[in-house]
Amino acid sequence: MRRPSWVPEGTDLDKPNAARVYDYYLGGSHNFEVDREMARKAIALWPELPQIMRSNRAFMRRAVTFLAERGVTRFLDIGSGIPTFGAVHEIARAIRPEAKVVYVDRDPVAVAHSRLLLEDDANSAVVQADLRDVEDLMARPEVTGLLAEGEPVAVLLVAVAHFVSDEEDPRKLIGVVRDALPAGSALALSHASLEGRPDQAEDHQKLYQRTPTPLTMRTHAQITAMFDGFELVEPGVVYLPQWRPDQPGTVGEHPERMTGVAGVGFRP
Amino acid sequence: MSTTPVTGDAERFHEDWSRLLSADHGIAVHPDLLGRLVSRTAALLHRAQQDEPFQPRLASQAGAELVDAHFTDPLLLARAVELLQAQPIGDGRGPALTGAFAAGWAAALRERTLSEQEAIRTAADAARKEAERALRASEARFRALFESAAIGIGIGDTDGNILAVNKALQELFGAGPEDMIGRRVGDLVHPEDTPGVWEAYEELISGKREYFQFDKPYYRQDGEVVWTHLTVSLIRDDDGVPVYQVAMLEDVTDRYRLQERLRHQATHDPLTGLPNRAAFFERLEKLFEEPEPGARFGLCYVDLDGFKVVNDSLGHDMGDQLLSAVAARLKAALTPLGHLVARLGGDEFVVLLENCRGEQEAVAAAKTVLKSLAGPVLIGDHKLAVGASVGVLERRVSTTTPGAAVRAADLTLYRAKEAGRGRWTLFDPKANARSVSRYAVSVRMPAALDRGEFFIDYQPLYRLSDGRMSAVEALVRWRHPQLGVLGPDEFVTTAEETGLIMPLGRWVLEQACGEAADWIKRYGDAAPQLNVNLAVRQARSAALVTDLGRILDSTGLDPARLQLEITESTVVGPEDEALRTLHGLVELGVSLAVDDFGTGWSNLSYLRDLPVSGLKIAGSFVGDLHDPAKDEATGWRIVSGLVSMAHTLGLNVTAEGVETLKDAERLRTMGCDWAQGWHFGRPVRPSEIARRIVEEPKGRPVEDR
Repeated sequence: MRRPSWVPEGTDLDKPNAARVYDYYLGGSHNFEVDREMARKAIALWPELPQIMRSNRAFMRRAVTFLAERGVTRFLDIGSGIPTFGAVHEIARAIRPEAKVVYVDRDPVAVAHSRLLLEDDANSAVVQADLRDVEDLMARPEVTGLLAEGEPVAVLLVAVAHFVSDEEDPRKLIGVVRDALPAGSALALSHASLEGRPDQAEDHQKLYQRTPTPLTMRTHAQITAMFDGFELVEPGVVYLPQWRPDQPGTVGEHPERMTGVAGVGFRP
Repeated sequence: MSTTPVTGDAERFHEDWSRLLSADHGIAVHPDLLGRLVSRTAALLHRAQQDEPFQPRLASQAGAELVDAHFTDPLLLARAVELLQAQPIGDGRGPALTGAFAAGWAAALRERTLSEQEAIRTAADAARKEAERALRASEARFRALFESAAIGIGIGDTDGNILAVNKALQELFGAGPEDMIGRRVGDLVHPEDTPGVWEAYEELISGKREYFQFDKPYYRQDGEVVWTHLTVSLIRDDDGVPVYQVAMLEDVTDRYRLQERLRHQATHDPLTGLPNRAAFFERLEKLFEEPEPGARFGLCYVDLDGFKVVNDSLGHDMGDQLLSAVAARLKAALTPLGHLVARLGGDEFVVLLENCRGEQEAVAAAKTVLKSLAGPVLIGDHKLAVGASVGVLERRVSTTTPGAAVRAADLTLYRAKEAGRGRWTLFDPKANARSVSRYAVSVRMPAALDRGEFFIDYQPLYRLSDGRMSAVEALVRWRHPQLGVLGPDEFVTTAEETGLIMPLGRWVLEQACGEAADWIKRYGDAAPQLNVNLAVRQARSAALVTDLGRILDSTGLDPARLQLEITESTVVGPEDEALRTLHGLVELGVSLAVDDFGTGWSNLSYLRDLPVSGLKIAGSFVGDLHDPAKDEATGWRIVSGLVSMAHTLGLNVTAEGVETLKDAERLRTMGCDWAQGWHFGRPVRPSEIARRIVEEPKGRPVEDR
């Protein structure tokens, strides 16, 4: 049972947290020993993890740049975590200085961190909400404000949907978000895939079972289905390094080893 | 120092440097940003190599800029050092330069690490404070909810200690928190607690159930009783271990009192305060629901003598006062003996003896009634002498029905009145039957047949060898408009006297044969044999054989499936004309059995001459086995003797009045063929017989297993 919203959620610093573990993978120090302990175990099992996370970060950077270049000035970053480096507003404003960003995360520590970081930024906001309670998320004033003027909004679900279980039905949740978006809006999504390294998938998911954010890796087809109602841009849903690389040479020989798949689609 | 080779070296270094930074973390950096970083740091390092004097600070700055761009991977430092050391630098400043670069990188990383740790701690602290604030707000909300709830709420631990009570609960108990906190839930018992409430409580605190609801009374601090609608829920911790119980109590005292008053009004006579007619019948019927084998009961039907005179001469008010006084006396005299006194209406009262030990006890109760009313009653200035007559009935529960019993007691009362008032009279079946006829039974009976007031129930007979239903006995009933449902013993005698037995008997044969034929058509061999009672007068009628032949033809019933039960008094001598009729019946193919055997037979030798094939041992033989006043072993010897005598004559033996499995088993072991009685089933509607045929292919238990 989900607790009613008027009962506060505690901050559980005794358990590893996905946002802080991710920060550690990326070489950051926004983390505690309990996070590092879990990250070290994961890396010991799967040494390529930091590279995969960098690949994911690079996808986000390329996707935000691409969207800004296409004229998008509003971004809704769901599951923003701790912006170790290259936060969405920084990337977007390199092209669109007027870009507005609303960051959403369910982890109170990540939210507090983002708030400290963005204290003086009038064009960005931080919301503590949960994709799994999507009606609540979409009803937050910061979110409705972003959508109010009918400008296209890019929704970022970067390495987030795999923290939503099948029972919680990520496709349905994304559908609710989609239906609230004005025409011309976009979805940028990356997701842990079962097919890249099937040998690693099970152990890795097991490791996350103990955290407040268990992991559900999915097939390429399941992930593509999350783009229902969006028109995918070239090259569709592909392994992380394959999505619009900066130069053809940067894809590397084994993009599937990066195991995540990603894509960007526009709402007609 | 020469300049030309330096330019070539610088270009090569720039290329190598660019390649180094583009890998790994570099892919996550925008190419333009990365390009600018490469140029700037390469230029700084170039100056560090070339500038005079040597400025280690430039190399340090290059290292720091890498960290600022989040190049924090130690592997990168290793590769950068390798690359810098490979540079040909003439004046030997190489190691110092590399060292300065590494130190700059490390110092920046240290600063970055510390500031990020600081940031995340601050964030965690802010989040924790926010959570605490939210928790305090939430606690305040809950506290307000708890304190100001209109419903009483109490919290206890699973050991039963009361930990907290809200205001509403304190008011409900009329107690302060100090009176309640620390007390034990288990102390809050009340004698009127609903059965099961404490069992439910035990299950709850041991984690076997999540909640329960009951209406429960409590004693208030001032000793008053408060009735509550109680809901108790179990609270578990995150691991599912029970930790608290939360009780919510709603004061329903007013509602409860109203209900009680309504119930009392519905079941009590407003004038005397005694249970009324409805309450009396409820109690009586309960006795008949699941009686112990051999259970007995007694009734004293009381009617005041000369009450009408009091009413007519002194007025209704005086009459009412007299009734109240009588009620009080009866109650005072009989309630201590454990008997129920009820007012049936008018000046009629009844005493019910549950679990009666025998006739003597019922008679003693009747005497107590008369004695209690012996003294005059003082009302105002009047000293009224009251007398009463009492009809006493004492029976085994299994031999009668509530309606028949009350009717019989009432009739017995009238016999007492007739015999001269102020006395008790004991029930007598023969006298009773005569009295019934005086109820205009005989006058009404002919029309009753036309009006369809008769119907037939069937009582099953079971084969003791395999426990299967072997036969059913048709029992005619009369749904009398005033008297209710009457059994055959209440009207058959009258029917014989008036001659109505002939059309009634024919009707019964037609109905029962039709029903039996239908069962055979539907269930074949599983259908039971049909037994129908033959009245003496029927057996003496020459028309019976013709009538029966016609009925068998029209219903299509196989005569072999029909047995007629005659009583011992049907044939009184070897020359009796009834014998001819009986032989005629046997020639039709039907069989005969002697019913109620052992109650009136005068000459056993006639049995040999009768064309009978079966014998039914009267119910009193088996019934007496449970009579504490009679020796059981002798009883069994008599039954056993009857069985072997019948077998000697080649007769099929049925024991009537079998009420227990134990008796059934004993009868089976002594070779008795069939049995009939409450253990096997009471008389029931034909549809119930059909149900048993279908649902009991294996029969009923006849032995203890």
